[in-house]
Amino acid sequence: MDSIEVGFLEEKSNYIRGLIVKEIGNLGVGHIGGCLSVVEALVALYYKHMNINPDNPQMAGRDRFIMSKGHAGPALYAVLADKGYFPLSELDSLNQPETNLPSHCDMLRTKGIDMTAGSLGQGISCAVGMAKASKIWKDDAYIYCIIGDGESQEGQVWEAAMAAAHFKLNNLIVFTDYNKLQIDGTVEEIMGLAPLDKKWEAFGWNVIEVQDGHSITQISDAIIKAKRSRNRPTMLILNTIKGKGVSFVEALGAKSHNSPFSKEQMHSALEELNLGGM
Amino acid sequence: MYENMEMRQIFCESIDRLMQEDERIIVIDADLARGNGTLSLREKYPQRAFDVGVAEQNMAALAAGMAAYGCVPFILSFTPFATRRICDQIAISIAYAKRNVKIIGSDPGITAELNGGTHMSVEDIGVLRSIPGIVIFEPVDGIQLAKALPQIIAYDGPVYIRLFRKIAPAIFNDSYKFNIFKADMLKEGKDISIFASGIMVDESIKAADILQSEGINAEILNIHTIKPLDIEAIIKSARKTGCVVTCENHNVIGGLGSAVAELLIQEFPVPLKTIGIQDHFGEVGSINYLKKKYKMTAEDIVKVAKDVLSNKI
Ligand SMILES: Cc1ncc(C[n+]2csc(CCOP(=O)(O)OP(=O)(O)O)c2C)c(N)n1
Ligand SMILES: [Mg+2]
Repeated sequence: MDSIEVGFLEEKSNYIRGLIVKEIGNLGVGHIGGCLSVVEALVALYYKHMNINPDNPQMAGRDRFIMSKGHAGPALYAVLADKGYFPLSELDSLNQPETNLPSHCDMLRTKGIDMTAGSLGQGISCAVGMAKASKIWKDDAYIYCIIGDGESQEGQVWEAAMAAAHFKLNNLIVFTDYNKLQIDGTVEEIMGLAPLDKKWEAFGWNVIEVQDGHSITQISDAIIKAKRSRNRPTMLILNTIKGKGVSFVEALGAKSHNSPFSKEQMHSALEELNLGGM
Repeated sequence: MYENMEMRQIFCESIDRLMQEDERIIVIDADLARGNGTLSLREKYPQRAFDVGVAEQNMAALAAGMAAYGCVPFILSFTPFATRRICDQIAISIAYAKRNVKIIGSDPGITAELNGGTHMSVEDIGVLRSIPGIVIFEPVDGIQLAKALPQIIAYDGPVYIRLFRKIAPAIFNDSYKFNIFKADMLKEGKDISIFASGIMVDESIKAADILQSEGINAEILNIHTIKPLDIEAIIKSARKTGCVVTCENHNVIGGLGSAVAELLIQEFPVPLKTIGIQDHFGEVGSINYLKKKYKMTAEDIVKVAKDVLSNKI
């Protein structure tokens, strides 16, 4: 990737952060922390690596994306709106009555959402199912999925892990948003996951640890490597920061999970992102 | 006494008091202690109040193991994850093995509000009601919750508590006498019986006021325990009034309405209609918005009540 493209994607990430802040700020409450921690992964996928067509959301053979940590819906909605799946103005309807943009991803309501999620642990199994189906149809699609680190405490995640390796699903690329936080505290104090890389390796996955999960270059290089995996699914462990980019949200720690978010906070967050006029 | 206190605070304060007296009580969360108000217990009871992470199935069976060791564990999550997500663990490790585990599901039905369809349980009572041996209890206000907890602990067996987390309008005062197996007569009447639970009790009281102003004298029972039903009270009321409306924050299939209908059709058939979620999934929205949309307001109860009355023989 040349520096111009990197610059473009970094700027895009900042803009997407702004859209998220506005969505949640308009509403006054939301899953702000876990939305801000997945921005670069989404931008690398939707603006660089995924084979998709916003004019034809159901395009045959397209790559799929499953937000298994379904509470990060607002982050994905910002990306989908900017890509043209639906008008940007629709972002104001987040969680309003009759909205197409509910808290948790819903494939029946939102154009561009490939799978419904919200009950943690299930999305990654759905992703395994899609990767398996894609192998049968031989449509050469890649299936991408983001899971949370807290979510990874669900036994189902490890059932999915076993199945994907067993079926040799090298078309499956999963990211762990390793922000080290869940609702009740840090992941290590609540129910330790470490060593996460060794766990996935032991389950038969191709594991790539991305030191800085907010580096477009590092994420993008890791996706390229993942696509070359010969017969194993890939786990990209993204070391991220919950609330990334908005200092007072980062400072909330675990409390940033589902937090009140006032208009003033929205404006000061936009200032910090240099998006004052947005 | 509990005015302006959230139900989760009342739970936490009460269970704290009970934990001081009874060492068997354990409180286990699955990464929702912050939301369920139980986080503060961990400082005081570092061994007996803890988290298992986002792992509800493990939580349920782990609690059954602790119960087999003489503990009385309370396990907590949002309603869908405390019931349908773990219903086999509840069925086998808890109910079939007759272990003394207390299950708390918070934000039932439309009270999940902005968490939307995935978090809006319309089926939890139905799922658990069809598993033998589980007491299903839905407290209507803080006093009832606080008075229920000692009885729930004293009862040796699985109990499911369907808990609205926020501030519930007060129905009872300090002099209230609670019996987990006896329904509460909230208002005597002779024309129609309204059997209600949870957040629908308040709507039913409002509906009864409207009906009264139109000369219709409704009887209201708070069916706080949906299983086992207070058969005697329900049949007695149906006998007296000759027609019934049930009101619940749950699918009309499988919940209170079904339970009452199953009983009355066999014991004392009368015209009956069920108010609640009409067999569809939930969606994002405030409680008031969804009550209107799903036809669960006092006005809707009045309309249905008149309809049932017109069918009275
Ligand atoms: C099965 C299930 N249990 C509980 C919840 C409630 N819940 C939503 S998010 C969350 C914490 C998730 O933590 P993590 O996966 O680390 O998310 P992130 O930090 O990325 O926001 C919990 C417990 C849920 N949605 N689904
Ligand atoms: Mg996390």
